[in-house]
Amino acid sequence: MKRVYILGAGATKVGEHWDKSLRELAVEALLSAIKDAGIDKREVEALYVGNMMSGELQGQEHLGSLIATWSGMAGIPAFKVEAACASGGAAVHQAFLAVASGAYDCVAVVGVEKMTDALPSDVTAALLTAEDQEYTVFVGATFVALNAMVYRYYLSKYGVKQEHVAQFAVHCHRMAVANPYAQFRREVKLEDVMSSPLIADPIRLLECAPTGDGAAALVLCDEEYLKRNPRDELVEIAASAAATDIFSVHERKDLSTVASFRRAAECALKRAKVEPERIDVLEAHDAFTILGVLTLEELGFAPRGEGWRLVVEGQLAPGGKIPTNTMGGLKARGHPVGATGVYQVFDLFTQLTERAGSNQVDNAEIGFAGNFGGVAGTTVVHLLKRVR
Amino acid sequence: MVWSESVPRFWRERARKYRLVGGRCRKCNSIVYPHRSVCPHCGAENMEPIELPRRGKVVTFSVVRHPPRGFEGKEPFLVAVIELENGARVLSQLVDVHPEDVKEGMEVVAVFRRYREQAPNGIIEYGIKFRPLK
Repeated sequence: MKRVYILGAGATKVGEHWDKSLRELAVEALLSAIKDAGIDKREVEALYVGNMMSGELQGQEHLGSLIATWSGMAGIPAFKVEAACASGGAAVHQAFLAVASGAYDCVAVVGVEKMTDALPSDVTAALLTAEDQEYTVFVGATFVALNAMVYRYYLSKYGVKQEHVAQFAVHCHRMAVANPYAQFRREVKLEDVMSSPLIADPIRLLECAPTGDGAAALVLCDEEYLKRNPRDELVEIAASAAATDIFSVHERKDLSTVASFRRAAECALKRAKVEPERIDVLEAHDAFTILGVLTLEELGFAPRGEGWRLVVEGQLAPGGKIPTNTMGGLKARGHPVGATGVYQVFDLFTQLTERAGSNQVDNAEIGFAGNFGGVAGTTVVHLLKRVR
Repeated sequence: MVWSESVPRFWRERARKYRLVGGRCRKCNSIVYPHRSVCPHCGAENMEPIELPRRGKVVTFSVVRHPPRGFEGKEPFLVAVIELENGARVLSQLVDVHPEDVKEGMEVVAVFRRYREQAPNGIIEYGIKFRPLK
């Protein structure tokens, strides 16, 4: 396999973009990444579009050709990649493989989701297409309810207090204040989180990632291409790995672990020859607070049932034991679903190239992102290394 | 949405949904719901259909307060993972009980109930829900 590098990155702010369409968001992020790469867009040989719900929310599929055309890149191979909330990560994975295999020297990936075109009930229904329509959606379980059942099981099994897990949302909001791309650049108090409305017990509103619009993009290339187009700060995708778990939560042997994440993470760490403790910056898929805590435990930063201690002790902030979601995570940077996996890599790139401003982690060398699809029926992970 | 228009889509699932037909793997002995031809745990291709026991315990549950399409006006309602007497797990609704009275480990029994209606003049989809044993 060839080594794969990030030549450039770009993104839109996450939020309610009433004046911008799905395609305009994608084009903006994509062209911004190409500009950051400092290359001519005609150099890009293939395009991967991460998106989950355009078919449901915009009635629009065939995004590969659409986004290529609107970006002035019609002619190149271009495809949509879908894996529920891991669509963005899956698109980066495909782009990585395309370069690693030697098939292409330079490719682009853009993750995009436009959620505010639809009513909340339609967004709920569209998100539920990630679940089993015949046996999960049929009984009225929502996406929040499925995660809530995992959450309740975890709290009971380990005797953990909800407010300790919910603190994860407080941390993410604090981090987002300094991120110009974040949807919510304001702090929340734990009391606000714990008194926000119940969505599906025990999950409360402020423990859930918001809906929003956004797009993030990367330009990836191999070593020879990089030599022809050098850049000052260099970041390698040292590993890109994906795994699946048994689709429905109730069919899994253990409700309180994230098997697909563990499997993908082990694979990526092994390929990159990196021990988890060497990770300097972590991007966790905190669609719900509990998932952030489970991510910390799966990587071994805390024993089972004790991941909350890292949150409560402030170990997730820059300077802490494991700086996590330093740009706000899904909770506060935002979760435009099919773009999220690309935003995670974008945020790590921001840290590894020392562009994170007041949230900068000193001497950040290794970044790690876990992107979950469904209730982690799919996980895609990326391990980034700063090259000096 | 397209699913709500389809009668055959519901009809072909009727045994699994009305009689709680699960599958037992002849190789690894896992019992899963619903029945299918391939075991999701070991990959063996020799599953046999079995009617699952009607009694079980609540493993975990949630209260849906923002209903998905097809369940408008039914909120709040309970969904739960139930472990049946033979170890099989099903995802279902809990009925005839207030949310505050539900406990993990609570014994429950299957009942036949209405789930949702297809379009206003379409068929009504029925299935198994669970109520407290006592």
